[in-house]
Amino acid sequence: MTRETLLSIEGISKSYPGVKANDDVSFRIGEGEVHALLGENGAGKSTLVKMIYGLVKPDEGKMAFRREGYAPSEPREARSLGVAMVFQHFSLFDALNVAENVALGMDNPPPMRELASRIREVSESYGLPLDPSRLVGDLSAGERQRVEIIRCLLQDPKLLIMDEPTSVLTPQEVEILFHTLRKLAAEGTSILYISHKLEEIKALCDEATILRRGKVVGTCTPREQSAREMAEMMVGATLNAPERAATEPGPVALTVTDLSVASPSAFGTSLKGVGFEVRQGEVLGIGGVAGNGQDELLLALSGEIRTPAETVRIHGRGIGHLGPNERRRDGVCTAPEERLGHAAAPDMSLMENALLSASVRKNLTRRGFIDWQGTRDYAEGVVKTFDVRTPGIGTAARALSGGNLQKFVLGREIMQEPEVIIVNQPTWGVDAAAAAFIRQALLNRAAAGAAVVVISQDIDEIMEIADRFAALNEGRLSEPVPTQGLTIDQIGLMLGGAHGMHDAEVPHHVHP
Amino acid sequence: MDFYGINPSVLIASLMAASVPIMLAAIGELVVEKSGVLNLGVEGMMIMGAICGFITAVETGSPFLGFLGGALGASVLSLIFVLLTQVFLANQVATGLALTLFGLGLSSLVGQGYVGIKPPATGAIPFGPLADIPFFGRVLFRHDWMVYASIAIIAGVWAVLKFTRAGLILRAVGESHDAAHALGYKVIRIRVMAIVFGGAMAGLGGAYVSLVRVPQWTDGITAGAGWIALAIVVFASWRPWRVLVGAYLFGGITVLQLNLQASNEFPIKIPVEYLAMSPYLITILVLVIMSSGRGRASLNAPASLGQNFHASH
Repeated sequence: MTRETLLSIEGISKSYPGVKANDDVSFRIGEGEVHALLGENGAGKSTLVKMIYGLVKPDEGKMAFRREGYAPSEPREARSLGVAMVFQHFSLFDALNVAENVALGMDNPPPMRELASRIREVSESYGLPLDPSRLVGDLSAGERQRVEIIRCLLQDPKLLIMDEPTSVLTPQEVEILFHTLRKLAAEGTSILYISHKLEEIKALCDEATILRRGKVVGTCTPREQSAREMAEMMVGATLNAPERAATEPGPVALTVTDLSVASPSAFGTSLKGVGFEVRQGEVLGIGGVAGNGQDELLLALSGEIRTPAETVRIHGRGIGHLGPNERRRDGVCTAPEERLGHAAAPDMSLMENALLSASVRKNLTRRGFIDWQGTRDYAEGVVKTFDVRTPGIGTAARALSGGNLQKFVLGREIMQEPEVIIVNQPTWGVDAAAAAFIRQALLNRAAAGAAVVVISQDIDEIMEIADRFAALNEGRLSEPVPTQGLTIDQIGLMLGGAHGMHDAEVPHHVHP
Repeated sequence: MDFYGINPSVLIASLMAASVPIMLAAIGELVVEKSGVLNLGVEGMMIMGAICGFITAVETGSPFLGFLGGALGASVLSLIFVLLTQVFLANQVATGLALTLFGLGLSSLVGQGYVGIKPPATGAIPFGPLADIPFFGRVLFRHDWMVYASIAIIAGVWAVLKFTRAGLILRAVGESHDAAHALGYKVIRIRVMAIVFGGAMAGLGGAYVSLVRVPQWTDGITAGAGWIALAIVVFASWRPWRVLVGAYLFGGITVLQLNLQASNEFPIKIPVEYLAMSPYLITILVLVIMSSGRGRASLNAPASLGQNFHASH
């Protein structure tokens, strides 16, 4: 099937001080085509779509929309031609309601009452129900994305750009999204779909352009390629799946019982009676869509929020009432999701950041004085062992790229040789090679006898490294189940809050 | 009908006039903060408005031009804040404090030759027979035009924020500048306009102090009214009509304590110092109560308040 070209891009280049974000990029999108833009973090995908959407001006190159020169100077111009964009984050306003959010993304919105009825109409016809008067801050991640999609649909787009749309969705929500996108494509809307999740691209896209370090390194038809081939084109190297040593789990190291914590933030989720056990040498994966209590769980386990002593126990000893440093002394290390500002102090050097977390377990202070030599050795050890690319340990944490800083933050915790390590989103926004490295490091720590808890939204990641899986939903944790033999559908049900899975089994055990 | 020598209709009428300066400054600051900018320079802008308004009125003989001059003078001062925080991305808190100190000093320099002069009077609007209605005539129909204008401005700001697209965009910029930028709104331009509006309102308020309330020029004439205006914005949890309530509450306490000081019939003798500090004590008390209930009130605060925006790609 040959399609008329909707948008063609020829020889686009864009430089920022020190980086060439896009270098001579060319490709074309046909009418009604679902086109994938594949690449790792920092490959230049976002810069490229920002140029198409008029947020950034290219240095060189030409674009044509339906054979006419196309050089939008601002998003309004792009929107008027029918180019719409669903952002990865940063484009919704929590304190405003759905209708107001939609109105802000339109150039000539109708009066509020009419807009509300149109939102209802469009949302129902695409199977994405949405109440226009709700505050966006109260919506789930999937519902928030619906707001963005409907904002685009109301403008009758010719080209819909989607920047990593599934990173925060449950498998069921992904299914709904794909259904909507296929329907749109069938109606003649072209879709530019940005992702690094290869299975999704195989399921959805007609054509793919692969970017690496700002350059087009290949094009392919995703249905005819294996995910592995595409991954290797994307990374430019062969990938190794993490290895797991088959070891028998030891005695229980971490026990959490009936942990209830009120969320410290207004839009957060409180934990309600969370309980689980992790044995030595075992990896427990806790899945769930962001905002279901992940942050609160990490805070309660790290000691930033204190709870009654018996709710969190290590080797049977209650530590719920202890603060972070006392817990580190007892062998509990944690790495939160937010790297800059939570895991690391942005303006302090790597050396200082290493000291802040490791001083207790590595004895880096003596009578209140800092052992700088020891600190330097420790930080250098982390940088070397975990392959952190940095000019030196004196570099400020904020100067590192996301993946490198994540390697440093995790390395800093893992090299303290904790007995229990809890990490939240260990590979979020990290490229494939670094992610594989981090997962391997966590598995190695488990093999060395530590109990590992991985909180993650990435189901593939959990399936890859966890021995058991539990879902966190609205602050409640499901019963952990072994990951072996678990299907994506079952996981989806658990994430969606079907806590009944185990309740349904109860009658089998009850024999009066 | 008097209580201990205090006439309620006179009391209400004078509290309405007394609260005009803080009400104007607070509604201006509300708009500024709704756009996500924290300008602590209200006091400095008010006093620049006071002296600029005073000079213009004295030189031209027209109180109307005086108010205009006051608004203009304070807006020019707010442009310094714009330059530092929106162009050079300086810290907003430090810049605002500097603006206050600068405004206080500059106004006293500019006003040196104007001490002891009387400005042209701003008369009450003649409402004819309406002004003679018992009680209500005294309370509602014997004010100068700025009292009515200030209430109209509150109503206008409320309507713009609630019903217009411009107001929605302003709130959006204050809620999340990154999202607003991603949708193609000019964050800096919108904030600059909000800051200049805030300056103009503070200037009007300041001019009201030197042209109507006092009316003459002395150094430090605004006497902390700008800080009270800042507190009222928080007290009002960023809602225009509550600014009116807050300003009347504060104005009322000020007027009441003055009346209590003057009254010989009040049974309990309270030392003058305590009366004079009472408005400020009440303000602190109200702020503590407001911010202790972390629920609704804090949710209404603009999420990007006080953060500088820099477009990054």
